[in-house]
Amino acid sequence: MNEIRYVSHKMPYFPDGPCTGKLIVIEGTDGCGRSTQAEMLRQWLEVQGYGVTDTGWTRSKLVGQAITDLKQGHSLHRLTYCLMYATDLADRMEYQILPALRSGFIVLADRYIYTAIARGIARGAGEEWLHDLFGFAVVPDLVFYLRLGVEDLVPRVIEAGKMNYWESGMDMNYGDDIYDSFVAYQGELIAQFDRMAQRDRFVTLDARQDPDVIQKQLRRTVGQYLQSQPQTAVAG
Amino acid sequence: MNGLTQPHNLPGRLIVVEGIDGSGKSTQLQLAMRYLQARGFTTFFTEWNSAELVKAVTKKGKKKQTLTPLTFSTLHATDFAHRLVHNMLPPLKAGMIVLSDRYAYTAFARDVVRGVDREWVRRVYNFAPRPDLALYFNVPIEVSVQRLLAGRAQLKEYEAGMDLHLASDKVSSFKIFQGRILKEYEGIVNEYGLTEIDASQSIGAQQQIVRGLIDKMLDSYIPQAQETVA
Repeated sequence: MNEIRYVSHKMPYFPDGPCTGKLIVIEGTDGCGRSTQAEMLRQWLEVQGYGVTDTGWTRSKLVGQAITDLKQGHSLHRLTYCLMYATDLADRMEYQILPALRSGFIVLADRYIYTAIARGIARGAGEEWLHDLFGFAVVPDLVFYLRLGVEDLVPRVIEAGKMNYWESGMDMNYGDDIYDSFVAYQGELIAQFDRMAQRDRFVTLDARQDPDVIQKQLRRTVGQYLQSQPQTAVAG
Repeated sequence: MNGLTQPHNLPGRLIVVEGIDGSGKSTQLQLAMRYLQARGFTTFFTEWNSAELVKAVTKKGKKKQTLTPLTFSTLHATDFAHRLVHNMLPPLKAGMIVLSDRYAYTAFARDVVRGVDREWVRRVYNFAPRPDLALYFNVPIEVSVQRLLAGRAQLKEYEAGMDLHLASDKVSSFKIFQGRILKEYEGIVNEYGLTEIDASQSIGAQQQIVRGLIDKMLDSYIPQAQETVA
């Protein structure tokens, strides 16, 4: 049986004991096809008979809506921005992720602490502080990084009409207009993801590939991993 | 590296008061503010858990009783960060005197009693500047309960720590909960060098001590705003 591992600081009141579930994270910038891949992976896992629950940023009951509202007003400082995201994850951690992991579910996270850390760093928050802040988070069993360079990301995001204020880091005055700002800000995020991917051994996949090819790669890695784990191996 | 252990380089001065509910710290801070204003200083007042940004969320969480020790802690840190950025740092940078009713130490005491990790909460508040004067009003539980019940009919749910299920009635729960907070404060006073004041003394006697400490702290202070006007 696995024990749940935390990034750096387990809260004393968090439950001890065995964990039969798995936390699988898919990271990557906007426009890399992350959500589509997560949904396809979920369906495949369910067909295999695994219980799956999915989670993602701003989906907490406590502050999910509040964060969305605050982003309308542009009044978030980098500290409050990071702390609100920490609250969002903390709420989901206690009401969703931990209970699911303890009862044997596969938790599929569409972005996780690495997105929050990359965005925090891009806004000037200290990396050590960010690691401490998100220290209560469960260490994932698998992290996939759908990598896309800025040059491939820009046309996708423009096409989808998603080049907005926050995704362009306009709150940090990264550039003169939304395009310049987007390129500089997303470039910084990608640099941070690249660094974390190497340090924490993410499984990096080339997001320029055909979605079906990416999904095949995801399934192969996830399948091999689950088979290698006594709690999740499917007989025959 | 911790901001709370390093003196800040800002021209203003930061005075904070700490203590359990009913310790009389808010009264003392109000009187200190009058004193400073009478001496001609520009003062700014801020208090714990008051930022509009997070108030609605905290209120909703408390009402629905969905706050966990961890989200209770991160929300209060969000409130603190917001007030630091908007209400404390600008006057400190402008060379004014900021008075804060409760500071990061409240989180170190309360949140830990509620169940968060002692070291983690200290690291989260790493961005807080060290106060120039941090007063801790030390009071026995019995005295604080009497003061609170004399002032209003009922203790509040979270103030009494009812979410921790320590006792079935609010007064008993309050005593156990605040007793634990008092214990945490004892450690914090030594760890961060807070100045302890015996809060069972009369209001006047305490204020005399407070004003003496403020005078001493202001020895090195040059009120910049006034200088530029003159």
